[in-house]
Amino acid sequence: MNWIAALGRATLGLLAAIGRVAMFFGTAVTHLLWPPFYPRELALSLLNIGWLSLPVVGLTAIFTGGALALQIYAGGARFNAEAVVPQIVAIGMVRELGPVLVGLMIAARVTSSIAAEIATMKVTEQIDALVTLSTHPMKYLTVPRVLAATLVVPLLVAVGDVIGIFGGYAVATGTLGFNAAAYIQNTVDFLQMRDITSSLVKGAVFGCIAALMGCYFGMNSGRGAQGVGRATKGSVEAAAVLILAANFVLTGVFFSV
Amino acid sequence: MITLDNIHKSFGDNHVLRGVDLHVARGTSMVIIGGSGTGKSITIKTILGLVAPETGTITVDGQDVSKTGDRDAFLARFGMLFQGAALFDSLPVWQNVAFRLLRGSLARPKAEAHEIAIEKLRRVGLTPDVADRLPAELSGGMQKRVGLARAIAAEPEIIFFDEPTTGLDPIMAGVINDLIREIVTEMGATTMTITHDMTSVRTIADNVAMLHGGKIRWTGPVSDIDAATDPYVDQFIHGRAEGPIETVR
Ligand SMILES: Nc1ncnc2c1ncn2[C@@H]1O[C@H](COP(=O)(O)OP(=O)(O)O)[C@@H](O)[C@H]1O
Ligand SMILES: [Mg+2]
Repeated sequence: MNWIAALGRATLGLLAAIGRVAMFFGTAVTHLLWPPFYPRELALSLLNIGWLSLPVVGLTAIFTGGALALQIYAGGARFNAEAVVPQIVAIGMVRELGPVLVGLMIAARVTSSIAAEIATMKVTEQIDALVTLSTHPMKYLTVPRVLAATLVVPLLVAVGDVIGIFGGYAVATGTLGFNAAAYIQNTVDFLQMRDITSSLVKGAVFGCIAALMGCYFGMNSGRGAQGVGRATKGSVEAAAVLILAANFVLTGVFFSV
Repeated sequence: MITLDNIHKSFGDNHVLRGVDLHVARGTSMVIIGGSGTGKSITIKTILGLVAPETGTITVDGQDVSKTGDRDAFLARFGMLFQGAALFDSLPVWQNVAFRLLRGSLARPKAEAHEIAIEKLRRVGLTPDVADRLPAELSGGMQKRVGLARAIAAEPEIIFFDEPTTGLDPIMAGVINDLIREIVTEMGATTMTITHDMTSVRTIADNVAMLHGGKIRWTGPVSDIDAATDPYVDQFIHGRAEGPIETVR
């Protein structure tokens, strides 16, 4: 009977955690709507999360696109379907790999740094200091980060999609003997509006999740260096798992007819 | 002006505050003494609403602090120096000091805020060249003084100082003690200061309260402290290892 109790406890714990995160998100949204606003913080977050993530996003996408082209070519060759490389690279990048890989890179790069920064602020009483200086930590720290990530990660995904497709193109035309103009034509013809919309929506949701988890775990950090370490680790785990789960749900919403 | 009535606060089974009663009159300087870990910092944090007590009421000007409608306006009346300075390490020193003057209800032009920051830094014995440095580039004692400058920057009417002279050399400690005294006598501020330093107590205090065992063990005017018959107070102010206060805590 013990395992039933344990299962029950785990379920309750999970539900409570989901409730706390939902409350946290709700509070962030109300603070987003009510002044004061902190445009400088938003601009800094846009720079940090968007612009400074470009190199890692670009590198991730180009290698993935290239590898994808090689695999599709090799796999396609088994039943004489090598020609589908441009189409499958485009679909694979735009629908799945672009958003997911960018989301995971953002979880690695941005979620961890947000969590560590806010947790350190919490541990060193900087969050308390903000409160005593009549500045709400949710407004000043959480809102700019979550808003910036939600706005800018779709752009990163778009960049990732394009660079990934270019990676496939470079490999296909460089070593697999594809015609350059035909490759681009095939790609453009094949992609539908829905593919692109889904890519951007996924980017927005993943960005929101990534920043929200960083803020949530940071704000709820335990004490000391160990608290900061735990918060950082927990935030990246939660962000990665939630991004993959949300990806599954969104793929279902967009593509299961 | 500030009244604490029967405040209790626990962390798990660590029952830190067990019924704190304290009154601080307007325009006076209250100094809280007591061994480390007795809950002095927590007591101050309950007044600011940073820590919610389990039971008890705290009033400022007769108004219950847990029922303030406009929290920003309420907090704008306070300044606080944290024990660990708690400077924002992403902002240069002057922006830390002028934090309140750069945003929110007390916002003013940047140039003016900068000027005030430089002036407050000078008052805590720091030269203008530290203004553009980041907090991480300063020594602990300098950070503490920046925290002090930030606490007084907007000239609040109630100021809390958590161990203002810890980590300072004796000369700088003297400067800070005089400054806090001046803030009370000249600006008419109401202050609460936590300290272990008996020189600070004698310079800063109008009244002294000793926290021990989760309660205010003794309180009275600073002039009475040497004559206090309470063995806990006697042991503390003379720094004796023998006495009723246990040395393993
Ligand atoms: N956030 C917290 N979580 C758990 N315990 C805490 C917390 N803050 C303070 N404490 C505990 O409360 C007690 C009093 O702390 P504090 O008020 O900082 O002492 P001090 O009198 O030295 O300022 C200590 O035992 C400390 O460990
Ligand atoms: Mg303390």
